[in-house]
Amino acid sequence: MNAPALVLEGLSKSFTLHERGGVELRVLDDVSLEVRPGECVVLQGPSGMGKSTLLRLAYGNYKARTGRILVRDGDELVDVASAPPRRVLALRRGTLGYVSQFLRVIPRTSTLEIVAHAARRAGFDAPRAEARARAALSHLALPERLWELPPATFSGGEQQRVNIARTFAADYPILLLDEPTASLDAANAARVLDLVRGARDRGAAILAIFHDRDAAVAVADRFFDLSAARQAV
Amino acid sequence: MTEQPILRVRGVSKSYGRRIGCADVDLDVYAGEVVAVVGESGSGKTTLLNCLGGNLEPDAGSIAYRFTGDDWQEFLTLSESRRRLLMRTELGFVRQNPRDGLRLRVTAGANVGERLMAVGARHYGRIREAAVEWLERVEIDAGRIDDFPLAFSGGMQQRLQIARNLVSGPKLVYMDEPTGGLDVSVQARLLDLLRRLADDLGLAAVIVTHDLGVARLLAERMMVMRGGRVVESGLTDQLLDDPQHPYTQLLAASVLTP
Repeated sequence: MNAPALVLEGLSKSFTLHERGGVELRVLDDVSLEVRPGECVVLQGPSGMGKSTLLRLAYGNYKARTGRILVRDGDELVDVASAPPRRVLALRRGTLGYVSQFLRVIPRTSTLEIVAHAARRAGFDAPRAEARARAALSHLALPERLWELPPATFSGGEQQRVNIARTFAADYPILLLDEPTASLDAANAARVLDLVRGARDRGAAILAIFHDRDAAVAVADRFFDLSAARQAV
Repeated sequence: MTEQPILRVRGVSKSYGRRIGCADVDLDVYAGEVVAVVGESGSGKTTLLNCLGGNLEPDAGSIAYRFTGDDWQEFLTLSESRRRLLMRTELGFVRQNPRDGLRLRVTAGANVGERLMAVGARHYGRIREAAVEWLERVEIDAGRIDDFPLAFSGGMQQRLQIARNLVSGPKLVYMDEPTGGLDVSVQARLLDLLRRLADDLGLAAVIVTHDLGVARLLAERMMVMRGGRVVESGLTDQLLDDPQHPYTQLLAASVLTP
């Protein structure tokens, strides 16, 4: 079997709240997990178990307390937990895609440009990046009249689709998806699940959270239960 | 990865008598990136910027620039004339108050053209052409090229100051609260412009700001200063979402919409 694209080894996370007298919140304890290319692993467990925290750690948005987060980048395995910031930024440009539930963009930038920009940063030349952006936005059924507008005034569901289009247009080999279907109706959720399956079938390694059990079942090759991982320690 | 920075700062310190301005600051900046320096008033961020940009002489440390090949230049030992040349060509400095960074007695066009003339441009038509182009890039109507800066609004003055700094194609620009005191719509335009210049032209920028929202949108890396010292540095989103140092936690927790 092919080598894993993402390896979490003994990952622990706690937050020290200095403003609250240094109280320590333990969120994850000694979690180990592998995701291979062409595999979609769905995280499970009640809310508060640290599912989103795990994805944020893998993206380098949170800082791990202990453990390693190994990301395959070509022939190299890079530890996100200890790599210098610019190395993590390089991974985010072309290797690690992350769909959060927030769309944070510079105001006044058009939707098409936001999506195409992500593809250009991942290495596609300008015409191909724009073509990929158009394809992703069409697939997600975002009306074409919105493409030249900045997404600031869009509905939650429209913004979420811009967020997803941006990530899939860049074609990252590793995807971290935090409830990508959360604010979408059934038809749009199905379109997103289509993209997820497509990426997986092209060989992407996917680690995902879904609030909706049916969505999870539709794309998961395997489930990873964080509450079981916690009890096991 | 063998990528080299274009600016390497080591141990830069500056005191005002017994008061510390900034102490023992290290920083590397690479082409095409925006680095934010944040902290409250009195944290030393402007002192640091002034040292890096040649407005203040540090007491200790090294500030080395590499704009061509492997040729590192130690800024602090350069002659005054070489420094001035560097400040007009490869470096830019955008001041918090545009009136400090503009020449108020000459026209907008002359403000933008000045750096070109300083590096030897003599062809009036071409200088004017470049001025028009840059006024349009910062979204100032080219019809106002012969107006004086004092006839402009604060936001336009700030954009004019940016055009004046960027016309000669610098590699690195220092910016002291460039969006402070601007309307939000004007601020958005500036952020958009800076992001595009960094992405498309490989411009690097060190930007001092107290606005963490601006830092998040514009800068991928960030440095937090307090009492003249760097207390934490790293990925901007990590520092804002998972700050480790008590002071960074306080800063991040104090923002309404970070």
